[in-house]
Amino acid sequence: MTAQTPSGDFRTSYRADTTIFPTAMSRNAAIAGIVLLALTPFVADRYILSLMIQIGILGIAALGLNILVGFTGQISIGHSAFFGFGAFASAYAVEHGVPVPLAIVFAGVVTTAVGMVFGLPAARLKRLYLAIATLAAQFILEDFFARAQWFTGGVAGRVTEPFSLFGWVADRDESYFYVVLAFVIIMYLMAANLMRTRDGRALVAVRDHYLSAEVMGINLTRYRTLSFGISSFYAGIAGALYAHYLLFVSVEAFTIVFSIQFLAMAIIGGLGSVMGSLMGTAFMVLLPEFVQWSVELLRGGVIDRALKLADSLSYLREMVIGAVIVLFLIFEPDGLAHRWKQIKAYWKLYPFSH
Amino acid sequence: MNWTLLLQLVLNGLIVGALYGVVAMSFVLIYKASQVVNFAQGEFLLIGAWACWWLLTTWQLPFIWGFLLTLVFMTLFGIALERIVLRPLIGEPIVSVIMVTIGLSIVFQALMKWMFGVFAQPFPPIFTTQRINILGLEVQTVYLLSIAISAVILGVFAWFFRATRYGLAMRATAFDQQAAQSLGVPVRQVFAMSWAISAVVSAVAGVVVGVVNGVSSALSFYGIKVFPAVILGGLDSILGAVLGGLIVGVLENTAEFVDSQFLHWGNMYQVAPFYVLILILMIRPYGLFGTKDIERV
Repeated sequence: MTAQTPSGDFRTSYRADTTIFPTAMSRNAAIAGIVLLALTPFVADRYILSLMIQIGILGIAALGLNILVGFTGQISIGHSAFFGFGAFASAYAVEHGVPVPLAIVFAGVVTTAVGMVFGLPAARLKRLYLAIATLAAQFILEDFFARAQWFTGGVAGRVTEPFSLFGWVADRDESYFYVVLAFVIIMYLMAANLMRTRDGRALVAVRDHYLSAEVMGINLTRYRTLSFGISSFYAGIAGALYAHYLLFVSVEAFTIVFSIQFLAMAIIGGLGSVMGSLMGTAFMVLLPEFVQWSVELLRGGVIDRALKLADSLSYLREMVIGAVIVLFLIFEPDGLAHRWKQIKAYWKLYPFSH
Repeated sequence: MNWTLLLQLVLNGLIVGALYGVVAMSFVLIYKASQVVNFAQGEFLLIGAWACWWLLTTWQLPFIWGFLLTLVFMTLFGIALERIVLRPLIGEPIVSVIMVTIGLSIVFQALMKWMFGVFAQPFPPIFTTQRINILGLEVQTVYLLSIAISAVILGVFAWFFRATRYGLAMRATAFDQQAAQSLGVPVRQVFAMSWAISAVVSAVAGVVVGVVNGVSSALSFYGIKVFPAVILGGLDSILGAVLGGLIVGVLENTAEFVDSQFLHWGNMYQVAPFYVLILILMIRPYGLFGTKDIERV
């Protein structure tokens, strides 16, 4: 991926090279975007708000996975298990009298530990073997959820409390939106900052050529495990937010299909792109809604009756998700973030695009 | 100790394990030839079984014709899949290839549910005697047949790789793609062929399981069970895949036995292979018969 900056844009210091916002314009746009987002609860209805909350929560988890897959070049097919672990950890802590904001942080920390335990084999394993190890982690953790009644409430699941801070209770979509927004901003800023640090650069070096990275003195074991830890931390925080949004955590929710959806979010958004994770998540959350909308549109027509569309909506959704993953990888392997950059460059350079 | 139960379970394990072995073998075949990790292997079973079921029930074909037509269909299906989906991905990073096969598995699974529904459908009975007695143990006739089929498939594979020109081409491609290509081996044909063979062999396994348990989307779980088997046996060893399949089959049944007799934890049948999988990956990631990957810079 080549940088799509206009010619004449030369960085002369390391400071300039590692800024989050390359121009004042982009910084102002980001701030304006956040302000606009903060105003949405006053105009948008419940349905749109709940979609946005979902995008925010899942986007945090997808960003975690992107740090692992896109920045460090590892593979994980067990992300939803860590997401679920975070949800249960937070609910468990709240049950034992910890206030919700602290419980969310606690969930992040505990999930980090669990992620590092399962990430330890990652230090030795590469690529395919790692994929299979994380697949095993998925099944083992899923089994653990069903088994550990003291922790997860067993088959019945676990009920938990809404988010509250200094007497302010976020028990409605309008108020919970701000909680999620705050977490999204913090987590995304943290990720963007991580990539500007020594550790972040080490992760990228491990991805690009791990042997060269090791020759240059990067401790592979340390950074691979660290990457698993960071990714699990994001999954844990997101899982906890999810738990306090739904106020109920079910044992069956965190299946391998969910894990695959996280991977799809990271890949469709663009591997190795922080903002891409959010775009990919938005895409994956809105896609089923779009399928539903199209089916509604065709309801009662000839196509509907011939193909039994209305009765098989859930399969259609699954099928579209799978097909989108395949098509994206064949036709747009760099993801939405890359396309977004190209669109921006097109306008910036118009009409002299070379 | 309930010895009869244990013996019965071990026997069941061997029979199911033979099927795992067959599926694992077709997984390894693709991996060896084209370095593609096929997460949609279980869906091959599913599609094969549904196709055969459809031919037998809707078209009322005799079993043998329906079965043969299924194999023809699966050959074409495997070739088409390789040509349309996998070939554009040659040279892409491994995570992309893995994701594409996962995407395919989602699509096929949902498609099958859409076309045939979610309920298990029984095959029309094929044998007049359903089960027979061997040394006091009940065995379904179909299972005996499945063991026979597995053995035959193994034999054919051994012959194919040793004695035929195409087998030699496949071995050469598996050993070194570039060298093989430069010596005139049609690598693209080899890729297509490996997908076709893999699809056909998986479909055979799918039909066997379908005849025993009925056809349902549960069949695709065989695709997941393949991983413990191939890792145990070594990713690039066909013999290892078969042996790994047998071991996993016996393992899950004995785990079930130990659990039901002593531990009462539940669900060991599903999870035990994955604990073993993690253990193997820690100790001996290249498996029993796999090639140890030595990296030189």
